[in-house]
Amino acid sequence: MSASMSTQLINLFASLLLLIAFAMLAQRRVLSLIHLFAWQGAVLALNTTLVAFVTDQHHLYYSALLTLVLKVILLPWILHRLIDKLNVRWDVETLVNIPTTMLIGVVLVIIGFNVAMPISHLSATVTRGTLGIALASVLLSFMMMITRRKAVPQVIGFLAMENGLFFAATSATYGMPLVVELGVALDVLVGTFIFGIFTFHLREAFDSLDIEHIEKLKER
Amino acid sequence: MNEAIAIQVAKTILVVLLAPLFTGWVNQCRAWLQNRRGPGLLQPYRALRKLFHKDAIVAHRASFLFRATPYIRFGSMVLAASIIPTLVTGLPIAPAADVIALVGIFALGRVFMALAAMDIGTAFGTMGARREMLIAFLAEPALLMVFFTPALISQSTSLSTIVHTLAYQPFVIHPGLAFAALAFLMVLLAENARIPIDNPATHLELTMIHEALMLEYSARHLALMDWASNLKLLAYTTIGVALFVPWGIARAVDGSAIWVALLCLLAKLAAAGAALALLETLSAKLRIFRAPEFLAMAFLLAVLGLLTHVLLEGAA
Repeated sequence: MSASMSTQLINLFASLLLLIAFAMLAQRRVLSLIHLFAWQGAVLALNTTLVAFVTDQHHLYYSALLTLVLKVILLPWILHRLIDKLNVRWDVETLVNIPTTMLIGVVLVIIGFNVAMPISHLSATVTRGTLGIALASVLLSFMMMITRRKAVPQVIGFLAMENGLFFAATSATYGMPLVVELGVALDVLVGTFIFGIFTFHLREAFDSLDIEHIEKLKER
Repeated sequence: MNEAIAIQVAKTILVVLLAPLFTGWVNQCRAWLQNRRGPGLLQPYRALRKLFHKDAIVAHRASFLFRATPYIRFGSMVLAASIIPTLVTGLPIAPAADVIALVGIFALGRVFMALAAMDIGTAFGTMGARREMLIAFLAEPALLMVFFTPALISQSTSLSTIVHTLAYQPFVIHPGLAFAALAFLMVLLAENARIPIDNPATHLELTMIHEALMLEYSARHLALMDWASNLKLLAYTTIGVALFVPWGIARAVDGSAIWVALLCLLAKLAAAGAALALLETLSAKLRIFRAPEFLAMAFLLAVLGLLTHVLLEGAA
């Protein structure tokens, strides 16, 4: 496979990631959000495999496998069970309406691209062009966490942000050391469990998954 | 030169005659997907023939605008269809208008249509005109943004040059073009009154957008308006085909290449029509107040396409 062809494919996967991040931002249903998250994981795994193949970095194969198992199979399954148990398949409420969110999203993408441009000039990896996209998808997921009112979409936003960070690591420096990656993966898994337990408690205490209720816990 | 002009005229006539067939093909595919037998491929021609043989009735208060609009709209669509490179690039009329002017030509037909609908003063006509404009003013910037990505790739806004560059460069994946293609599909659906935005087969006045504008027309006027709509759908589809799957288009006026281009075009149009029918069968009509959101999405996708193109390929 020629170098330019692989760069083009990596660019294509990067654009797909950005597209999925935007689709998540625009999505109203929790169930579709989980599907999109699984797709994002799949694209990420494919991209990591490709980078591993092109650059001959064997540890990246392991992290691709880890991504596949964790983010395409395990986490979406846990989230499915979570929304089944909580019975929250309804539309997601957003704090800002969706077209406005998308406009802010485009501004974030421009910021991400601009910030990454000088950094990627310094780097010599084949994936340097995609750093801007990685940064933009981190920012987009971050905004998704901010604009969603319910707990489950916020959890998905958090997980998508981790996807973006992982992609940034791959594109900037061909991935983190395997130990760090394992640690992050475990963190995310444990984090999801904690979020799950937290949402159950939230529902028990307030009969709702609206994060705003937590403000009532303040001492007066 | 004379040969090029002959090809230009032949191509324009071919596209104008092909337009009802394409609409018939989309409707037929839709009928098959819905387990119906369907009216047959030639139904649009039969409807046009019937309409042309009837006597036209015009409302008492109608001004000349109402009578002139079908001709203006049909004329602008024929002009658009002759500019778009479908078989050969670099035909004599191609330098007449670039993509930006092309968007303007589409807008010309639309503005006159909305004016004519308001000219009569019926409630449905006015409502339809307002809705059409609501859709159009959001779809137009999206369409322009869609055109800018391929224009950046080929460093030209002339449609003929763009298609030529895209068809004859060595194979390159342009991620920006993928975004643009998605956005273009959304604009195509909205502009041609297809299902997520408007139902072309509706008989319910309150849900109409496009049909409401034409309620007062009859006979040859209605025939021209319908034909213009068919032409518009075909024009949009050929733009999409030319921009995003340009392979097979002929480079110059040359006997055998044109026949190959024609076969490619017919095959691509058949596939595009079937895909359009499938898409329409799978999706449900949006509430009208969701339409701005749909089009905002199209606009943003087009902008994203532009941005990714600049980021990933602009520096290189």
